[in-house]
Parts: sequence; C-alpha cells; structure tokens
Amino acid sequence: MAGDDEVWLDDEAGPLIRPYTVNAGRTRPTVELDLLSLVVTTGRAGSDVDPEHVKALELCHTPVSVVEVAANLRLPVMVTKVLLADLVDCGAIVTWASSSSSSHVTDRVLLEKLLDGLQRI
Amino acid sequence: MVYNESEVPPTQVKILIAGGFGVGKTTFVGAASEIEPLSTEELITAASMGIDNLSRTGDKSTTTVAFDFGRITIHRHDIVLYLFGTPGQERFWFMWDELSAGALGAIVLADTRRLQDCFAAVDFFENRGIPFLVAVNEFDDAFPYEPGEVRAALELDARVPILLCDARDTASAMSVLRSLVQHLLAAAPAPSV
Repeated sequence: MAGDDEVWLDDEAGPLIRPYTVNAGRTRPTVELDLLSLVVTTGRAGSDVDPEHVKALELCHTPVSVVEVAANLRLPVMVTKVLLADLVDCGAIVTWASSSSSSHVTDRVLLEKLLDGLQRI
Repeated sequence: MVYNESEVPPTQVKILIAGGFGVGKTTFVGAASEIEPLSTEELITAASMGIDNLSRTGDKSTTTVAFDFGRITIHRHDIVLYLFGTPGQERFWFMWDELSAGALGAIVLADTRRLQDCFAAVDFFENRGIPFLVAVNEFDDAFPYEPGEVRAALELDARVPILLCDARDTASAMSVLRSLVQHLLAAAPAPSV
C-alpha cells in the first residue's frame, strides 16, 4: 500500500502543463534558431513578459545555446525556441548567428584547431 | 552583463554519440564533458512512418525524444564542442534532422554482447554520409572480440576506424574523440593551395 508520504507524481508522470500551453498554442518560432544558436540578453527586457519568459531571460545573461536553455527550463527544444523568439522579437535578447554549419564538415582548419584543443586537455 | 552584438561568437560544433540502449552513451558524454551532462527533449512529429502501430493511428503522431548532451570548450581556439547522446528511442531520433544536421561526425558505441543494437546507427550515418567510427565499450563480462571480428560482424568499410574504449574513463573517451577528429581530417579534402 502507498504510504501517505509516498511521492506518486514524479518526472515519469510528465509535465502538468501541456508543453504548448506556455506558447499559447504556437508551435513555430518567429526567428530561426537551431540547437546551437547562441542567445544573450540585451538588458532591454520588456515589462510585459510572462513567468516562462522571465525564467528564460535569467538563463541568458551570458551567451548560452538554445539547447542549454531548453535543458535548464525543462521544456522541449521547440517550445523553448518559441519563447526565445518572443524575447528576440521584443528586443530582450539577441541571437548570435550560430557558426555551426555543414560547411564546417570539410573545414580542415577548424578540424585541426579542434584536434589541437582536444590534445591539450 | 550586456554583450556587444558585434562580438565574434565562438564556433560551435557537434559530434553525435550513438549506439543502442544501455551501451554507455550518457556515460561517455559524462566522461568527456566539462559540465554534468544535461538532458532535454524534443517533440517529433512522425508523419506517415508506415511502421508498426504508428501506421494504424492516422497520418501524424507526435512523440517525445529525450537526449543528453555535454560540452567541451576549447578556449585557445574559441571553439565549443557539443556532444549529443542520441536518444534511446532509436526509431524516432533518425527522423529528427536537426540533431544530425551539420554534425562533424559521430561515434557509434558498440557492446559486443549486443552488437546488433548498433546496426541502425551505422546504417544511418552511412546513408547520411556522416563520417563515424565505432568504439567498442568494453564491458567487464563481455568476451574480448578483436576489432577485426567486430568489423566483419558490422560489415564495416575498411576505412571506418574501430577502437576499444572504456566509456567511464575520461582519458579513454577523450582518446576516442581525438581519433574521430583525426579520422575526419584524413577524410577531409586536402587544402586547395
């Protein structure tokens, strides 16, 4: 039998709020962001942001990747992108163009730097 | 702190850590990463998959794939390397293009007791043209197969490196990462000058 102090609602139960509720049903960000896009606060936060936006803003005081914001907010990546795009739209954060792209796959200079860095660790 | 928008961002790159469920992907990411591995998830819309139960439930189905990641910052060259442990729900992460798009390469972790578990990852990277190597995670109770035997079992191209590793060990994980980058360099086109 379950004791009174047994925690019956855990991470396995999933979120209590459906993911897209925090996005007012929107499933597409208005700004193109990928997993490794960097975002950072501008210091010009709007006053009409809701709690999820505030939480996201707090994570972006130093440049941080979208995927790390998602992990810290414990929200799916796409939901996080919608929130971050809102913050870009209102000028509270800027996105630094991610320099990760398929063109790097053949970039020897980058690979050599990466190898050098890994050899020094 | 307010950042100047004209500041040059670090180059962000990613390497995928793939393999079957329980093969040590998260362990590997944790051993190599400078941060405790983080975990997040993505909602994947699986349209018209045509396999098992999803084909009977209509046109679209949304599923959640969870994945772990870590990172290694190379300050000297202003590079941030992300290590993405591909989700355990193998059937689904293959449909998530963003995860593999732009990846420099991949490490397929293999467990010789369940070698078949990494077939799907090997096929995926071969089909996508993403360079990879196979790292056999040496579990204590596993029979010590030779790399050549693993190569034959996986029908791997002779150019795909096969290494032995201990995913729990930082030095071993870093060695595998270095080997992958060396493999990428060997495969990269020679400089045009």
